Amino acid sequence: MNQEYLASDSLNMGTRRLAQDANPRTRTRAGSLTIGKMVAPALVVVMVLFGGGLVLGLIQSLGHLPAAGLHSLSFKHFANVLGDPDFLQSLMITLYVALTATLIAAAVSIVTAIFLLSLSEKNRLIHFIFQIPLTVPHLVIAVAVVFMLAPTGMVSRVIVKLGLIQSSAAFPLLVNDRWCIGIILTYVWKEIPFITLMILSVLRRSGVELLEVGRTLKAGRWQRFRYITLPTISPSLGAACLIVFAYTFGAFEVPFLLGQTYPMMLPVWAYKSYSDVDLLARPEGIATGLIIAGIIVVAIVFSQLLTRAAKRRGVVL
Amino acid sequence: MIRINRNLAAAVLVTLVLLPFGVLIMWSFSTRWFYPQLWPAQWGLRAWQYIFGAAGTQIVSGLIQSILVALVTAAISLVMGVPAGRALGLYDFRGKDLISVLLMLPVIVPPLCVAMGLQLWFIKLGLSETFSGVVLVHLTFCLPYSVFVMWGVFSNYNPDYENQARSLGANSWQVIARVMLPLILPGITVAGLFSFLLSWSQYLSTLIIGGGKITTLPILLFALMGSGDRPVAAAVSIVFVTPAFLALLFSARYLGGQSIPGVR
Repeated sequence: MNQEYLASDSLNMGTRRLAQDANPRTRTRAGSLTIGKMVAPALVVVMVLFGGGLVLGLIQSLGHLPAAGLHSLSFKHFANVLGDPDFLQSLMITLYVALTATLIAAAVSIVTAIFLLSLSEKNRLIHFIFQIPLTVPHLVIAVAVVFMLAPTGMVSRVIVKLGLIQSSAAFPLLVNDRWCIGIILTYVWKEIPFITLMILSVLRRSGVELLEVGRTLKAGRWQRFRYITLPTISPSLGAACLIVFAYTFGAFEVPFLLGQTYPMMLPVWAYKSYSDVDLLARPEGIATGLIIAGIIVVAIVFSQLLTRAAKRRGVVL
Repeated sequence: MIRINRNLAAAVLVTLVLLPFGVLIMWSFSTRWFYPQLWPAQWGLRAWQYIFGAAGTQIVSGLIQSILVALVTAAISLVMGVPAGRALGLYDFRGKDLISVLLMLPVIVPPLCVAMGLQLWFIKLGLSETFSGVVLVHLTFCLPYSVFVMWGVFSNYNPDYENQARSLGANSWQVIARVMLPLILPGITVAGLFSFLLSWSQYLSTLIIGGGKITTLPILLFALMGSGDRPVAAAVSIVFVTPAFLALLFSARYLGGQSIPGVR
């Protein structure tokens, strides 16, 4: 299952909880001891494993690796990674893939959600089929994309059959290619249902009254979309996009299978350095991983600040 | 006219979703399929016989390994996630926002950072290349998910039923078993499914912590893609999708046609 799915739920929940407390029966009475006992196991496990993983990673990436005879602590490895002439290229290609995939998926999702809304809710089969991609591992779709888009793949065969090209040599490179088309398509296929269903659940809940009011006030189609539909869906659309961006920026499998060998996307590069036979490259791999995590967190915080600032200026979002 | 367009759009949508599976199924049943033929020159069960016959021990053990890891991860996630979700959904207390941020981070930060950091520590603890080590690293991101799902479930939960049962003389265990669990069962199912599927599709963290000793299906699939035997890779891909598909079918039926996000 794609992990984003749930995250969206939690983001939604976060916003809902801030707006109004979700459970009207919320109470503070159960002693803090009981609450502590209920939360502690989960919290401790997450903090020890996740926090521990990050902290230990940080220590190693600062150069403390007794196994390899390294005891010093310095930002040397971070500097090495950031100063590497290939780093900027890797960063750019990773940003390009994550942003392109997110934007295309978001745009298609808006259209698809509005379309699915127009189908009756009883049309269960389509809704069921549309949910299938949510549960399918990215890896499987990456494999299918190889079978379809590789120079000897299905698409190339169809085009040869149509007589448009003579052989696989004339087929443009769409897998392991410069523009990462295979990677982007895999992500787009996987994430459209996710974003769509997020938007769809909001649209279903909001009903048609506002749109009818808009129509009686003589708002055109575009105006109704821009000033009624879009503001309705924008919180969950934004949350979904952030999750998709975070995932596509840090995921390994798809670019590993479908990416070009140079320049590599950041997660692939991180793992390449980490698993290098040269133990001295390992701290740099971990440093790259932490840089990826840092960029994702900064991107999310930044986008939240940006939306807040825009709203304060009165931009209808 | 509008109706025709609508059907056409629905057909395009369904085709695009099902296309990758069609291609995989075709490849898995082909024995001879050369470029640029549109259809396999010869159909057959070679790939399927191979993965359940010649390579059977490897694939089946990979399948069992995957199922066990995912089941154990999901079970632990639930055992810890349900109480945490209950506390977060039912009660207001200080530090709730901090906790939600702490639980949100593992969801956002890619697993590769955590797995790389944990590996050395796990080697020291003897957890590297073991089943428990892999479960623990999967737990890092599966557990927050189930907490969030159960948080949502308990936000809509009415604890008054429990008081009624208690006033009728039920003890704590009876309240949990006969009142709370039946009420939150759909939510538990969803949380369990999410954790299962999330663990099921992990590749890199399993590779780093499992060190090639814990060979789950995604690890076998990567190895097969390297070998270039397309029919076999296609067949394994289908095996890899099946549980997810069954889970979806099950949740669609079991949760009364509600979609997966139907928790709320």
